[in-house]
Amino acid sequence: MIIIITNTNLNTGTETSARADKRAFDELRNLKIEAGVLERADGSAYLEMGGNKVLAAVYGPRELFVRRLMQPNRAVLRCKYNMAPFSVDDRKRPGPDRRSVEISKITSDALSPAVFLEKFPRSTIDVYIEVLEAEGGTRCAGITAASVALADAGIPMRDMVVACAAGKSDGNVVLDLSEVEDKEGEADLPIAMMPRTGEITLLQMDGDLTEEEFGKALDLAIGGCKKINEEQKKAIKNRYGE
Amino acid sequence: MIFVEDKEIVIPGDILADEEYHSGRGTFKENDKVCSSLVGLVAIRDKKISVIPLQSKYIPKRGDVVIGEVTDIRFSMWNLDINSPYSGFLPASDVFGKEKRELNRTFDVGDVLFLRVVDVDEVKKVKLGLKGRGLGKFRGGILINITPTKVPRLIGKKGSMINMIKDQTHCEVIVGQNGVVWVKGEPSMERVAEKVINMIEDQAHTSGLTDRVRNMLAKLLGIEPEETEYELGEPGPVDESDELEMSEEVEITEIIEISEESDELEEFEPPEEKEESKEDEID
Repeated sequence: MIIIITNTNLNTGTETSARADKRAFDELRNLKIEAGVLERADGSAYLEMGGNKVLAAVYGPRELFVRRLMQPNRAVLRCKYNMAPFSVDDRKRPGPDRRSVEISKITSDALSPAVFLEKFPRSTIDVYIEVLEAEGGTRCAGITAASVALADAGIPMRDMVVACAAGKSDGNVVLDLSEVEDKEGEADLPIAMMPRTGEITLLQMDGDLTEEEFGKALDLAIGGCKKINEEQKKAIKNRYGE
Repeated sequence: MIFVEDKEIVIPGDILADEEYHSGRGTFKENDKVCSSLVGLVAIRDKKISVIPLQSKYIPKRGDVVIGEVTDIRFSMWNLDINSPYSGFLPASDVFGKEKRELNRTFDVGDVLFLRVVDVDEVKKVKLGLKGRGLGKFRGGILINITPTKVPRLIGKKGSMINMIKDQTHCEVIVGQNGVVWVKGEPSMERVAEKVINMIEDQAHTSGLTDRVRNMLAKLLGIEPEETEYELGEPGPVDESDELEMSEEVEITEIIEISEESDELEEFEPPEEKEESKEDEID
């Protein structure tokens, strides 16, 4: 885990937006989070971010029947990321593929540092992330929703986990890449972090960025995470009518 | 410095106070700050800050009384689901003594038992026992699952809430500390009790709950309530002063602590037919 000290030189980039959806370089897509949407799950969350629609469900801590996975001193956090066949333009063949296995793993790795797993030895916490509609940045949306679902399930955590991507598209460093910007852009940098401490729990990069651009993109993404975190807080408090 | 008010809703990672406060349940200390680890209500007592969770799983503890369902029969024990991350087992020797008998004649898979947690060992094996007043097998009735942290709220101060449900519906109601509630009575009354219990679980964090439960019971049973009716889900009467609200809030913490410390749980009444039934089963 890397601790990043953020410097405040958020550069202004391009003022008049050159982005396809007319967003400013540091503007997020429309965000909506709702907690406790599923009746039978211990905790759940539904998240909409632009064209992304993601459902997260948490079960547990519950008994782990797979003996070889059992940890004597802590719980295991099992994540499963799945895209619905109808979530993308061309029908996606159902079932796990290389991409979803990877995202499942990095989701688990991104969430684990925040959860007090040591409080539930020899048990499991299962997180299921179901992508109903995809429009770029579903792994970040999945992690953000899963974190709300974990809190909703009453699982003790050090902090919420928020994820957000930044990247480079048409030569500009921009926040929260849409599907087009992700596919046609030069670079994509999804991160997940704990907003209170500023610890980064996930950092991936696809494409090329100079050192300067990387710093700028990281600062943008951290700023985006903090904004999303406010929505997470609101979603949980709304569940209990505040 | 303290950053939150009593009974405010907090979420994981919220900073509650500075180092001069002690961290209680549901909180942790990091960099000299007390932080919440749960979604819950803040409870401040002197210099100790705790967070009462709004949702939780039951973690077995020695001495608790729980309701469990038989899931498997082994050579010399029953395995039970006790609505927890750790399943329990009931040794045959606890029921039969030294005698050898067929286990499935006594309790079969699917039977629901009222048990005591005898021991929880290092590998989280939960040993259950049937020795004690009122413990045994349930006949008929329905099971309702609630969040274990809301059990004290369902029972109410000195059993006020649970007794009201029992009196109004003429049902037998038994609550396990693992959040499983057993209700037996007229089928229509069982449904009324179920609705009321689910409502209590939904609104356990709000104040003025007792009055709303009374009104809901009256409505469902078709009796005219003694007082004016409030819409369900709306906050209780404002004119009943803030003091009442406060005392009701304190109630949650108090009862949690009482139920943790004392072994005598008056709320748990023995099922009447139980003693004989156990004899029958064994003979």
